[in-house]
Amino acid sequence: MAENEIKLSVADRRSVWWRHQFLQGSWNYERMQNGGWCYAMIPAIKALYKTKEEQSAALKRHLEFYNTQPFVSAPIIGVTLALEEERANGVEVEDQAIQGVKVGMMGPLAGVGDPVFWFTIRPILGALGASMAMGGSIVGPLLFFIAWNIIRMAFLWYTQEFGYSVGTTIAKDLSGGLLGKITEGASILGMFIIGALVQRWVSISFTPVVSRITQQEGAYIDWSSLPGGAEGIKSALEQYSALGPTGLNVEKVTTLQGNLDQLIPGLAAVCLTLLCCKLLKKNVSPITIILALFAVGIIGRLLGFM
Amino acid sequence: MNPISMLLVIVVAFFAGMEGILDEFQFHQPLIACTLIGIVTGHPTEGIILGGTLQMMALGWANIGAAVAPDAALASVASAIIMVKGLGGADMQTAINTAIALAVPLSVAGLFLTMLCRTIAIPMVHFMDAEAEKANFRGVEMWQLLAIGLQGIRIAIPAAMLCMIPAEAVTAMLQAMPDWLAGGMAVGGGMVAAVGYAMVINMMATPEVWPFFALGFVVACIPSITLIGLGVIGVALALIYLGLKDLAKQGGGAGGGSGDPLGDILNDY
Repeated sequence: MAENEIKLSVADRRSVWWRHQFLQGSWNYERMQNGGWCYAMIPAIKALYKTKEEQSAALKRHLEFYNTQPFVSAPIIGVTLALEEERANGVEVEDQAIQGVKVGMMGPLAGVGDPVFWFTIRPILGALGASMAMGGSIVGPLLFFIAWNIIRMAFLWYTQEFGYSVGTTIAKDLSGGLLGKITEGASILGMFIIGALVQRWVSISFTPVVSRITQQEGAYIDWSSLPGGAEGIKSALEQYSALGPTGLNVEKVTTLQGNLDQLIPGLAAVCLTLLCCKLLKKNVSPITIILALFAVGIIGRLLGFM
Repeated sequence: MNPISMLLVIVVAFFAGMEGILDEFQFHQPLIACTLIGIVTGHPTEGIILGGTLQMMALGWANIGAAVAPDAALASVASAIIMVKGLGGADMQTAINTAIALAVPLSVAGLFLTMLCRTIAIPMVHFMDAEAEKANFRGVEMWQLLAIGLQGIRIAIPAAMLCMIPAEAVTAMLQAMPDWLAGGMAVGGGMVAAVGYAMVINMMATPEVWPFFALGFVVACIPSITLIGLGVIGVALALIYLGLKDLAKQGGGAGGGSGDPLGDILNDY
């Protein structure tokens, strides 16, 4: 019995790992990532099953509905490989058990993967690369591309191997313990980072002028009475550091945005984000919201308040 | 644009289109796609700068669940081509700025294209079902690759069309665009990121983690803390919180159910 046992070789697993990168290729509104999942499983199915009936059944089994974040899908495919291997060796593993493991893991893991990869690692690497690139440096895009792909490919391989080695036990671990903690930790980190990103990157600026006050003498730099040459620049800079930005002009202009920023910068951004949360919960499509925001932007510009 | 660079642009566009759905190597991210188009058309510096600027806008765009983010692939490829065309008749800054203003409407147009592809993919997986019935591995693989190719063509065709349009027409179109439209689009683009963030918030938010959102928002007001710094604070907060929660659980267990030392003393008394 033991010598007849079918095992997936490292080459099989590597092949699955490589193909798993094309998971989302046939993403469709009916069963989402099912085609890519089946495509990734093919090397394993070929290695494990030899009769046409078994192969056909396995292919169909892996064309069921599936959708998760494409990287955290790696441990799931690892576990599935272990389950399929047991099944090929005659252990009673129901179709429902395999589908159950996939569906059971994809939800919580997507909850980890989305914030960690799309809203933490990619924005951080992207912002790092972009800030270098805005100065025209090729290092920016290179850094982003290389760092991202090393992290991604290593994550895909090692978590797939992890899933494969712990096999069925990971599925049991889902309800409590480690995974719950990782999810919670990731949500905390994710919420914190998103709070920060909303403040930094959602930009809303209201341009209307609230007030114009002619400032008293001495509250602004008297440009006409500055001494000439370098001495004048020095004097202007000294006055500027004492008076602040309002010292540049005779009139002190207060915009609506300035007033809002005194409460807390980014207040409008956070209000807008919370409004979007509410709308999305009411099943308003994100595309509708995006188009509406552009409409608001154009109207705001036409009427001159944004 | 000479035929060789035109061909290379289409290849880059094809890769960006595939990555727009795969989301693995990130060829569709502006930072990569604009840089590549800049290189193949002989304007690397401009491409890198445009890529960096667009990347900043696109940082919050991500495909979550079944929802589709604004399409970075079409936005970066098409606006890079438009910028390259515009470089002939305008200075670098103008060309880059107009390309950026166009990126946002392009990303929405790309969104509809990708939704179209995701609908066309439905019959494709039905063909896979039929091949699976016959245990035909090649057939399943072929349809998967065709589906990926379809996503590549989604960007390659608009890119090819943009390459064909003479540079003068692009420049004229750019100049004809009224300020309120370009400006309004830019204003809208600043707000769009909120939708992406809202999606993730809805996914993760429990009453327990909302305070961390507030903390992140307020801490980010200090401009001298970089993103990496914010990341470190976030990780530290998560570790502290989980540690304390564990401690609280253990404390409750050790107290033998009472967890009230004063009560214990009174009972013993």
